[in-house]
Amino acid sequence: MSATLGRPPLTKVMWSRFVVEMKSFVRNPQSIGFSLAFPVMMLFLFASIFRGQVRDSGVTVSQLYVAGLIGSAALSTGFVNTAIRVAFDRERGELKRLAGTPMPKIAFFVGRGATVLVMTALQVAVLLAAGVILYDLTLPSDIGRWLTFLGVLGLGVFSSTLLGLAVGGRVRNANAAPAVVNLPFVALQFISGVFIPFTQLPSSMHTLSAFFPLRWLAQGMRSVFLPDRYQVNEPSGTWQHPLMWAILAGWCLVGLLVCVRWFRWVDREPRARRGASR
Amino acid sequence: MDVVIEVDGLRKTYGGFTAVDGVDLEVVRGEVFGLLGPNGAGKTTTVEICEGYRKRSGGEVRVLGEDPQHPSPDWRCRIGLVLQASQASEELTVAECITHFGSFYPAPRTTDEVLALVALEAKRDDRAGKLSGGQQRRLDVALGIVGRPELLFLDEPTTGFDPEARRQFWDLIRALQAEGTTIVLTTHYLDEAEALADRVAVLAGGRIKALGDPATLGGRADAAATVTWIDDDGHHELRTAEPTRTVAELGQRFGGEVPHLTVRRPTLEDIYLSLIGDHT
Repeated sequence: MSATLGRPPLTKVMWSRFVVEMKSFVRNPQSIGFSLAFPVMMLFLFASIFRGQVRDSGVTVSQLYVAGLIGSAALSTGFVNTAIRVAFDRERGELKRLAGTPMPKIAFFVGRGATVLVMTALQVAVLLAAGVILYDLTLPSDIGRWLTFLGVLGLGVFSSTLLGLAVGGRVRNANAAPAVVNLPFVALQFISGVFIPFTQLPSSMHTLSAFFPLRWLAQGMRSVFLPDRYQVNEPSGTWQHPLMWAILAGWCLVGLLVCVRWFRWVDREPRARRGASR
Repeated sequence: MDVVIEVDGLRKTYGGFTAVDGVDLEVVRGEVFGLLGPNGAGKTTTVEICEGYRKRSGGEVRVLGEDPQHPSPDWRCRIGLVLQASQASEELTVAECITHFGSFYPAPRTTDEVLALVALEAKRDDRAGKLSGGQQRRLDVALGIVGRPELLFLDEPTTGFDPEARRQFWDLIRALQAEGTTIVLTTHYLDEAEALADRVAVLAGGRIKALGDPATLGGRADAAATVTWIDDDGHHELRTAEPTRTVAELGQRFGGEVPHLTVRRPTLEDIYLSLIGDHT
C-alpha cells in the first residue's frame, strides 16, 4: 500500500512549490507589471521632481533614489506582496487545502520565499538598469560591496517575507489586506529616506525610522552604490554597518516569532459559525 | 469488520457554544457514509475533527488507526479531502494543479487518469480560474483523489452542479467505492445521499438523530403508506399500514384499473424533515 512507499523527497516538493508559485506570478500580467513598473515609475517621478546634487557630495538625488528604491524592493515584494497573496490564499481555502495534504509545511514557506527572492531580484535589476542608463550610477567593482548588497537584500527579503506571512495570516478580510499593509509601507518610505533624502528630514524622523527595517535597507544600499564620501550626509555621518546588521537581523527574529504566532493554515472556527456569531 | 473511523462521545465547543454534543459513529472500510443535517448542525465540525483540522473538546476519535489531533504526513498520504470552500490557483492549468498536488504523495495517480475520472480531459490546458462552478468543483475532487486515498472526505461536493454533472459525479463515487475507497460524504441533497450512501447519519443540534440505511432510516420502510386515487367524487387519500391490501380492495371496487393510483412511503426527505424538526 501507499503508506509503505516513501514520501517524495523534501527538495522535490520544495521545487514543485516554487515552480507553481513562479507560474502563478509570471502569468498574472497585473502583478508582474505592477511590481516591475511601479518602482521605476516612482524613480522617474521623484528624480524629475527633485534634481541636482546632495550638498555638493557629487551624488545626485536621482542616484539616491535608485539606492533607496532598491532597499524598498525587498519590503514591497516581501512584505506587501506576500501579505496580500497569503490573505487571498487563506480566504479562498488554498492554505487549508494544502494543510490537508502530506506536503511538508516548510516546502510552502521555502517555495514562497524563493519566489519573493526572484521577484525582488527582477525589481532590483530593473532599477539598477534604469540607474546606470539614465542617472549615471556606477556599479561597485569591489567584492566587499557586493557582499554587503547580498547580505542586506537577503536579510531584507527574509524578514519582510516573514512579516508578510504573519500579517497576511492575521488579516480577517483579504480585501482589506492591501490597505492594511500599504499604509505602513508608504509611511515608512517617507520617513526612512527613500522618497525624501534624509538631509531634508527632521531628526525626529531619523530616530523613528531607526526602529524599522526600511531605513537600514535603504541606508545599506546607499553604502553599496554611493561613494564613501557621501556617508557624511547620513544621520550619524557614517554608514553604521554594525548597527544595520544588528537591526536587520533583529527584524528577522521578530518576523520569525510573529509568523509562528500569527500564521494560520486554518481559521480557528468554521467560517459559517464565525459569520453567524457576528 | 474493518473500522476506518471510530468516533466516541465527540464534543466540540467554541467559547460557550456547543457545536458537537456527544456524537458516536463508526465508518467501516469500503462503505459510503452520508452525513446529513441542516446548516449549523455540527456536520462540518465533526468532519473537520476527523480530517485533522480541529482539536476536539472531548471524546475519542480514531481515523485509520490514528488520532487525527496529531496528523502525521504518512497518515495524510492515506486521506483525501474535498473541502467546502476552496478554489484552485487561478493562473495554473487544470493539469498543472493535478500534477502539483500529485507531487506530495508517494504513489499518485497519473494526471491523465485523474482527468478522465473527473471528466475534465477537454479542460486540461485551461486555466483553473476560467472553469465554470461545476468544473471547479470537479477539479477540487480531482485534487482530493490524486493521491489514491484509502479514505475520502467530500464536503458538499455537488453544490452548483447541473443534473447531468451530478449523475456523472455519482458514477465517479461508485467507481471509487468499487476500487475499495471508503467515502464520507456530507451533503444537503437527500437524493444524493439515497443514491450513494450505504448508511447515513442525520445530525441536528450537534447530536445524531438517526443512523442507518437510507432505505429504512427512521422506520421509513415500515411507516404507514399513503394511497391516493381520483374518482368521480374527487381526490382520495388513505394512510394505511397495509397498502397492498388497500390496493387489492380498490382494484375490486373499480373492477380493474384504479384511476390515478399512487402508493408512497415517506421519502428520505419526509423522514429527514421530521428528524431535524425544531432545529431548522
